[in-house]
Amino acid sequence: MIKRLVHFFGEGGKSTLRWRLFMASLAAIVIADFLVTRDHGDFFWDFLPGWGAGFGFLSCAAIVFISKFFGHQGGIMRDEDYYD
Amino acid sequence: MTDWVHPALVFVVGALVLPLLKGRLLQVWLLVIPVAAIAAVAAMTPGEFGGFEFLGVPLLIGKVDKLSLVFAWVFTIMAFIGCVYSLHVHRPAQHVAAFLYIGSALGVVFAGDWFTLLVSWEIMAFASAYLIFASRQAPAVRAGMRYLMVHITGGVLLFGGIVLHGMETGSYLFGPLENSGGLAYTLILVSFILNAAVPPLNAWLTDAYPEATVTGAVFLSAFTTKTAVYVLIRAYPGTEILIWLGAAMALYGVIYAVLENDCRRLLAYHIVSQVGYMVVGVGIGTEMALNGTASHAFAHIFYKGLLFMGAGAVIHMTGRRKLTELGGLYRTMPWTVALYMIGAFAISAFPFFSGFVTKSMVIAAAAGDNRAAVVLMLTVASSGTFLHTGLKLPYYMFFAKDCGLRPKEPPINMLLAMGIAAVLCIGIGLWPGVLYNLLPYPVDYAPYTGAHITGSLGILMFTALGFFLFLKALDPEPTISLDTDWVYRKGARLFMWFAEKPVVRWESMVSTLSDTVIWRSLNAIARGSLKSDQNIVDAIVNGVARTALACGASVRRMQTGVVTHYAGAMIGGVLASIALYVLLRSG
Repeated sequence: MIKRLVHFFGEGGKSTLRWRLFMASLAAIVIADFLVTRDHGDFFWDFLPGWGAGFGFLSCAAIVFISKFFGHQGGIMRDEDYYD
Repeated sequence: MTDWVHPALVFVVGALVLPLLKGRLLQVWLLVIPVAAIAAVAAMTPGEFGGFEFLGVPLLIGKVDKLSLVFAWVFTIMAFIGCVYSLHVHRPAQHVAAFLYIGSALGVVFAGDWFTLLVSWEIMAFASAYLIFASRQAPAVRAGMRYLMVHITGGVLLFGGIVLHGMETGSYLFGPLENSGGLAYTLILVSFILNAAVPPLNAWLTDAYPEATVTGAVFLSAFTTKTAVYVLIRAYPGTEILIWLGAAMALYGVIYAVLENDCRRLLAYHIVSQVGYMVVGVGIGTEMALNGTASHAFAHIFYKGLLFMGAGAVIHMTGRRKLTELGGLYRTMPWTVALYMIGAFAISAFPFFSGFVTKSMVIAAAAGDNRAAVVLMLTVASSGTFLHTGLKLPYYMFFAKDCGLRPKEPPINMLLAMGIAAVLCIGIGLWPGVLYNLLPYPVDYAPYTGAHITGSLGILMFTALGFFLFLKALDPEPTISLDTDWVYRKGARLFMWFAEKPVVRWESMVSTLSDTVIWRSLNAIARGSLKSDQNIVDAIVNGVARTALACGASVRRMQTGVVTHYAGAMIGGVLASIALYVLLRSG
């Protein structure tokens, strides 16, 4: 079973199905986020449905591009023989 | 029969016997010792044990309370998992080092005084360094030396701090430190955050851990940083600066993980990031925050161990460690993929995995302390954690392009160890109450609320969406990333350059000067003195000698040996004396 599950994520032929399942799960999460009760929160965003989804996506984008920018433009990424 | 056995003692005895064993007996011993240590922890009751006086200073080897017990539990259970993972290793020295390392970490956890802590701290540094040297490749030996240098420096700071603290307060019992503006407070804090790998003192970890042996890295990932977190909880709860250092650290690890190509170095940067959450918890210092820190350390040890075991299994089977050289391994290593992913879900704090019930406690404590910026920083770091350990690393290691390798699954003991860690990652997530009961303070926190589950899933799954949309930008590149170890790696070169160029040049200038000017003039002076010696001093000496010789010769001529000559001379002398007397009297 484990083998089949892992292979499902690797096989090229299943990519459309995977993408559809992924989109469906994203939709389900956002819908569920609108349905849950919010009786406690410390900050305003704790009461905003869909906040996690939006914040997660923006965080991901920020991490990828800001890090790569620093890495390439800030001189952090170097050739592997830099210290040799 | 004693009512208390220090679990560190179990490991030390285990280490002493280990070199005598081999084959099946060695393997049995590797399992018996951690089980005995777990039993020793289970038998412990809170209290103070092993107190004695050394040179008039009261010391306390075993201070047992709920906080030390929760760390002792996780350390000994992880020791068992690590030993199962390394059962196939037939080099006893590695096991000896691992046992001493675990034993000394337990020595820190139960230390009731600063000296016991210091001694355990130092043994930990040396024993752990061996796990890096043991991989025997040149880069590992160099990284091991750097690792050792950094930790020896940290040990010196700690020693200095302890001595100053003892002089200030007169007590060497280990406990919370007051910031009295003294140097002791700062020195000890710096040595602790060095071991916790707080930037800029983080580079020893990300430099050395990926160079360790496959099994050694599993132990390394568990103990050093977590003992540092433990001592921070003990000595520095509620220290404001730790909140900001921790939050920055959580992001620092995430940013570097984007750039990283070496699979275990990527995971090492996520140790930095995860320990950031724990350091934030210590800085906030409320009961909930300290509970969060302790529980997150507990969960972290298992999921991080599992991730290192997964990456180690790939290195063990393929001999490759760079993401650019891996890919497509899912075909032949599905169990490794599945077990690794359980660790990845746990570190990413997916609902029903361990990170969900521990990491969120730290974030909730920050929210309860009304620290919006810290909460947002830690949430960004959570997104980054899943992005790298849950998506980037497994995608490029197990899926993506096919690197052409078809390795088998790792040896069964490795899979079994990963399986145990995976069960714990899920078990803690499903039944958090068991862990919460072990925590130092009563827990008033419910992780499983509807909003928490959907909110967390939103953050994580939309991070995944971002990953697939920006996949091209995330392709690993065959580079290394400069970190703060640059300072001493290049600094050492600067020192060597200074020694080889300016110092050597100065030295050669001085010797040229001495060879030419000074030496020659000294020679001239010497020749001059020789000449004056020969011509003047010798002439005088010779002249005096010749005169003395001549006088001697004439005196000798007067000594004829004839008695009448002597009698004549005596009579002449008497007559001369009388004549002189008469002359003087009459005058």
